[in-house]
Amino acid sequence: MRAGPLLLSSPRPRSVMPNAEAVALEIMNGNGSTAPAQVRRVVVCAGTGCMANGAMKVYEKFKSEMASSGVHVILELRAEADDDEVRLSKSGCQGFCQMGPLVSVAPEGILYCKVHSEDVAEIVKQTLVGGQVVERLLYKDPSTRKSCRGFSDNPFYSRQNRLVLRECGFLDPEDIDEYMLHGGYKAARMAYVDMSPEEICKVITESGLRGRGGGGFPTGRKWDAARVQNSTKKYVICNGDEGDPGAFMNRSVMEGNPHSVIEGIMIAARAIGAIEGLVYVRAEYPLAVERMRRAVADAEREGILGKNVFGTGLSMKCDVMEGAGAFVCGEETAMIASIEGQRGMPRPKPPFPAQSGLWGKPTIINNVETLAHVSRILNVGPEMFRSIGTKESPGTKTFALTGHVANTGLVEVPFGTTLREIVYNIGGGVTDDTGKVWKNGFKAVQIGGPSGGCLTEEHLDLPLAYESLRAVGAMVGSGGLVTMNQNTCMVGIARFFMQFTQRESCGKCLLCREGTRQLLALLDDVIEGHADANTLVLLEQLGHAVQVGSLCGLGRTAPNPVLSTMRYFRKEYEEHVFEKRCRTGRCKALLRPEINQTKCKGCGVCFVACPVGAISGEKKKPYHIDPELCIKCGACAAACKLHAVEGI
Amino acid sequence: MATMPMAVDRAQKFEKVCSILDRHSRKASGLIPILQAIQHEYQYLPEEVLTYVATSLDVPPARVFGVATFYAHFALEPKGTHVIRVCDGTACHVKQSIPVLNALREKLGTTETSKTTQDMLFTLETVACLGACGLAPVIVIDEQVHGQITPEHALALVDEIKGQEVSLASGSAVAEQPSAEECHA
Repeated sequence: MRAGPLLLSSPRPRSVMPNAEAVALEIMNGNGSTAPAQVRRVVVCAGTGCMANGAMKVYEKFKSEMASSGVHVILELRAEADDDEVRLSKSGCQGFCQMGPLVSVAPEGILYCKVHSEDVAEIVKQTLVGGQVVERLLYKDPSTRKSCRGFSDNPFYSRQNRLVLRECGFLDPEDIDEYMLHGGYKAARMAYVDMSPEEICKVITESGLRGRGGGGFPTGRKWDAARVQNSTKKYVICNGDEGDPGAFMNRSVMEGNPHSVIEGIMIAARAIGAIEGLVYVRAEYPLAVERMRRAVADAEREGILGKNVFGTGLSMKCDVMEGAGAFVCGEETAMIASIEGQRGMPRPKPPFPAQSGLWGKPTIINNVETLAHVSRILNVGPEMFRSIGTKESPGTKTFALTGHVANTGLVEVPFGTTLREIVYNIGGGVTDDTGKVWKNGFKAVQIGGPSGGCLTEEHLDLPLAYESLRAVGAMVGSGGLVTMNQNTCMVGIARFFMQFTQRESCGKCLLCREGTRQLLALLDDVIEGHADANTLVLLEQLGHAVQVGSLCGLGRTAPNPVLSTMRYFRKEYEEHVFEKRCRTGRCKALLRPEINQTKCKGCGVCFVACPVGAISGEKKKPYHIDPELCIKCGACAAACKLHAVEGI
Repeated sequence: MATMPMAVDRAQKFEKVCSILDRHSRKASGLIPILQAIQHEYQYLPEEVLTYVATSLDVPPARVFGVATFYAHFALEPKGTHVIRVCDGTACHVKQSIPVLNALREKLGTTETSKTTQDMLFTLETVACLGACGLAPVIVIDEQVHGQITPEHALALVDEIKGQEVSLASGSAVAEQPSAEECHA
C-alpha cells in the first residue's frame, strides 16, 4: 500500500496553508503536518460557481503561460519538491463564489478575484516571476474600499473558522495522495487498528457532535443505537441529498474534499460494525457525483477500501448512488425506500433506521457535513472539538450565505455566532436589487430552507445554535441563509416555499398532501387580493393542523415559513388583506397604477403605449388610468419620461 | 410459431435495455439506477420500455410507472435537443429568476405543462436548486451553467443556439453535396 510509505517517508512534509496561522491551524485540525508553508503554489478554484465563470480556461491558460514564461510548473504532487518549482492545481469550492473565478497564490496567501484568462499572463509575470502583487485583481472591501491582499485581511475569510471547508480551498479533490499527505485516513486507520467500536462511539458522544442535516440529533447516540444491534449486516448511508433550495454546503464538501466524507463513512462503519457504506448524492450535482465516485475508486486502488482494511482483516466497501430528484428523500426512511428501488415515501418511526433500516438491517444515516467532521474529532480529541461553539451545539457549522448580500458564498462559523456577524461582517452587508450595499436595507433572513423560518432585525444579535433558533420558530436546517432586502415581499416568500413543499409532498399523509395545497391557495388569495380576515385565521389553523397531522419532517415543517412570516410580518399580511396593498410592489394584482396629475404634461405617450386602451385623456392635460381595464403591464410607466405613472 | 419474428424484433429493439438490465443483475432493487441508465440512453423513458422493464424484473408495471412518475428527474416524454433549466431556488428566486423564466417562456412559446418547443429544439424546465446560489440567478443550458443572468442575456443565449443550429443545418447540407457528387462519379 502506498499510503503508509508516502506519509512516513516524505522527508519534508509540506503545508500549503494560505495564511500565516497555518501551523497553529494544522495542529488544531490534527492534520499532522506542522512544517511551515514554503512551496510555491497556484490554486485555481474549480467549484461549480468558478467553473461556470470560466475557471477551467484560467487553469489551462496558467499551464501554458507558466511553461512559456520559463516557470518550472508541476501539475502532480511529488514527494520531493525542487526549490524553484511552482505547483499548479485545482481545488474545490473556496467559498467566495460571487468573486470567482478565484486564484490563490501560496505561500504568500494572495487571493485574486474575478480572474479571467486574459489576466493570467500578468499574474505569471508580476507575481510568479516578479514577486509583486497585481493590485487590480485584489478584492476590495465594499464598506472600507480597502484592497485585501489575501485570506488573512479579507473579512469574508478572516472572520470565519473554517474546519470542514478549509481543505476544500486548497486540496486537489482528485488527488488522494495529497489528502493523505495532509494526514488523511490517519483517523480511519486509528479507528480500525487502535480503537474499539465502543471507544469510537464514546469519543463522538463526548465531542457533542450533532447531526448537521437539520435535526441536530447527537451523532454518538445514533451510532451507539446501531452498534448494540445484533445483526450480521449493517449499513452506513451518507446523506448527500441536499434538497433545500438555497443551500450548497454539502455539494461543496463532496466536490472539494470527497475523501473526508469517505473517511467519515469508514469511521462510522467501524463504530457500528458495518461493512458497507453508500453515498446518496442529489442528481442535480453531477460534479459531486463524479468526484465522489473517483474518490471511492482511488481509495479502493490504494487498498484503503476493500477486503482487508489497514491489515485488520475487516472489509469495507462504499458505493455512490445518484438520487432522482425528490426533496422528501432527504428524510431517512424515504431515502431508504429510494435506495431499495421504491417510491421515496417515509414510513412511521419507530422502528428507527438504527434498529431496522435498509433491507431491514440496522442502518445509520448521517449528513455529509457531520461525517466530514468525524476524522477531525478523532484526530484532535473530543475536548478540542467541544472548545469551539456553544455548550449544547459544539463545533462549527457551514452556512450558504445567499440572496441580497454583498459577499455571497459559503461560510463556516462556530455555533453561537450572531446573524449580524455573518450578514454584516462576513457578508459585507445587505445589497439593493442592483447589487450595491444598502445600509438600512435589511429585512429578514430565511434560515433552514422550506422547513425553516424567518429571522428579523430583532434577531440580528441572536447566537445561532440549535436551541436558540428553535425557540424563535426557526431551525438550523441544513444551513441555507437567504438574506432578503426591504424590497422583498414576505407573503411572496411564504408562497414560494409553500409552492415548493406542495410540489414535493409525497402524498402519503392527507394533511400534508391536501393541506399544503390549501395553504398555497389561501396565500394566492392574499397575493391576488381576494383574502379577508378569515383567510388569516384559516392560514394559521391549517398551518398548525398540517404540522401535527403529518408523518415526516417535510409535512411537519412545511407550514413553518408561513407561520413564521405571519408571526414577524403580520402587518405586511394585513396590508395585503385589508388595504389590498403590497408595500414592495411585487404582488402584481395589488398594484394600483395612477398618473400623478401634477407631473403629467399630457404628452400622450402613455395613451399610445397602453395595449388595452385603459388610459384616456386629451393632449396637454393630465391623463387618467381606468383601474377596471388596466392589466398592470407597466408599459405606460416605461414609456413616460416624466415618471408621472406611480404605483407600478 | 407466428410469434417468433415478433419476439426477435422485440429482442433487437430492446438490446440496449437488456444490457442495462444485465448490468444491474435484473434486480428490482436497482430500479432507479436502471431507469437512470435508460433515460441516459433514450433521453426519456418510453412507455413500452417501462413495461418491458417491469416484465424483465418480474414486478407489476404499476411499480415501475410509480417510481418513474414519483421522481422529478424521470421524463415520460421526449425532450428537445437543448435543455434549458432555470433555477428557482430561494437565492435565485429573491434575485428575480421568474422574469428570466417568463422571458424565455414567451420567446420559446412554452408553458408550465408543455415544456418542449414544437420543433423539438428546446425544452424549458425549472429546477428547485442547482446549488450554485452564489451566482444567482442561474440557468443551465445543456449542462453549462450561466450565472447572474438577466432576461436579455438569457434570450441572447437562446438566439446564439438557434444561430448555431441554422449554420449547422446549412453546414451539413454543404457537406452532403460532395458526397453526392462522389456517388455520381
